[in-house]
Amino acid sequence: MEPKIRVLIAKPGLDGHDRGAKVVARALRDAGMEVIYTGLRQTPEMVAEAALQEDVDVVGLSILSGAHMGLVPRVMELLRANGQEDVHVFVGGIIPEEDVPALLAMGVMAVYGPGTVSDTYITDIRKAVLGQSAAA
Amino acid sequence: MDINAIITAVKAGERLALARLLTQVENDSFEGRAVLDALFSHAGRAHLVGVTGSPGTGKSSLVNQLAKSFRHPADGQPEATVAIVAVDPSSPFTGGAILGDRVRMRDLSGDPGIFIRSMASRGALGGLARSTAAVTQVLDAAGFDIILIETVGAGQSEVDIARLAHTTVVVEAPGMGDDIQAIKAGILEVADILVINKADQPGVEATERALKTNLELAHPEKMEFCSAFGLSLGTFEPKAMWLPPVLRTIAPEGSGVGAVAAAIRQHGNYLRETGEWRLREAARLDSELYHLLQATLMFHWQETIAQGEFEVVFQQLLARQISPQQAVTRLLEGMVTPWQQHG
Repeated sequence: MEPKIRVLIAKPGLDGHDRGAKVVARALRDAGMEVIYTGLRQTPEMVAEAALQEDVDVVGLSILSGAHMGLVPRVMELLRANGQEDVHVFVGGIIPEEDVPALLAMGVMAVYGPGTVSDTYITDIRKAVLGQSAAA
Repeated sequence: MDINAIITAVKAGERLALARLLTQVENDSFEGRAVLDALFSHAGRAHLVGVTGSPGTGKSSLVNQLAKSFRHPADGQPEATVAIVAVDPSSPFTGGAILGDRVRMRDLSGDPGIFIRSMASRGALGGLARSTAAVTQVLDAAGFDIILIETVGAGQSEVDIARLAHTTVVVEAPGMGDDIQAIKAGILEVADILVINKADQPGVEATERALKTNLELAHPEKMEFCSAFGLSLGTFEPKAMWLPPVLRTIAPEGSGVGAVAAAIRQHGNYLRETGEWRLREAARLDSELYHLLQATLMFHWQETIAQGEFEVVFQQLLARQISPQQAVTRLLEGMVTPWQQHG
C-alpha cells in the first residue's frame, strides 16, 4: 500500500471566502488523501506551525484577498526555517497572471485559478509526492 | 536515521523530529516500531485524557478550552504542557479524510507548550485509529504532561477510548434523546466525567436529570473490572469510589471549562491514591497486547497462505458450496501453529 499523502489546506490572510478551499479539500479526500483543514483567517505563522505538527507532504494556500505576494513568501520562509523545505506548496484563488512566475520562482509547485478541474491538481500532487511513476 | 538520534531529538523537544516520528509510528514503519520499542520505558508519565461524544456536541471546542485551561490555570495549579491527538474518520470508500478539528483550536497556535496532531481513523471502528495508542506513547515519552485524545464523533459503542485513557470525558449536548438513551449500555458507562456542552441551549435541565438519574444506578461494574484482570481489591478502597460529576459548559466562551479541568485533575489524583491508575494501565496494556497479537497472527497467516488459495475458497463460499465457518477451517489448514508443532 502506498503511504497516505497528507495535505494541509489553509487560508492565510483576511478574506472570508472558503468555498474554493473546501471544494479542493473534498476533492483531495475523494482522491484518498488525508486533508487537514484549518479554517479561515490564518497567519503565515499558524499555517507553518500546523504544517510542522501535522508533518504534511503538501500545503495548499487559498488566497483571494490579493495579498498573495506578501503571504506566500512568508509561508515559504517559515517552512524553510522549520526545516520543511521539502514540503510542496501550491496556491489557489485569485492570482493575477503576471504574479504567477514570481510565485513559481519562490518555489511554489503550481498556481491554480478558478475553473481548474480537480484531476489537474490531484495528478500534480501525486507526482510531486510519490514521483512520476505513481501519478498514473 | 539513527534511532538514538531520533530519541534524543524528541526528548529534547525538537518538534520536527517529533512530528516526523509520529508519521513513522502512524504508518507502522520499521523505523517507527524500532523507536517505539526504545521509547516504551520512557513513557508512562503523562495523564491520558479521552474526550468523546456524538458528532457536533462540541468536543473540539471543549478540547481547545481545556488545553488553554491547563496551560494557564486560574486556580493556582502548576501549568502543564499539553499534547492533543484529534481523530477524525477516514472514508470507507477512498481511504481519504478531512481532518477538521484544528479549526476549533486556533487559539492554541504559537504556544510551544502545545502540540496538536490530527489523525485519520484509517478503517478502525472503535473511535480511534489503530496507531493512536502508539502515538500517545510517543507524546508521553516526549514529555507532555497531559495528552488530550479527541475521538471520532462517537455514537454508542465506540468505547476504545476508555481502555486507552486514564480519564474519559463524555460530552453530551441538550436534546440528544430521551432518558432511555441514558440507560443504554455503552459510551455513558465509560464516562469518568460527563459534560453537558452547549448548556445555553434549551433542554439542558432534562439532559442533566437523565444523566444524573442514570449515574445513581450505576455501581457494581467497577468490582467486576478488577476481577476481570485478576487484580485484588485490596489496593482498591470501595468507599472512595469515583462518582462521575455532571458538569455544564458553554465551550466557545469557556464557561464551566475550569470546573472540567479541575475534575480531570481530581480524577487523576483519585486514580493514583486508590491504585486504580495501575489497574487502568493493566487493562490498557492487556488490550494493547491482545490487539497486537491479533494483528501479528493475521500477518503470519497471510505469509503462510498459498497464492490464490484465498480466492479459491472465497469463490466456493460465494457459490454457497461451503459455509463461512468451513471456509475459515480450510484457510487455516495450512497454517503451522505452535500447538501443532508440539502435538
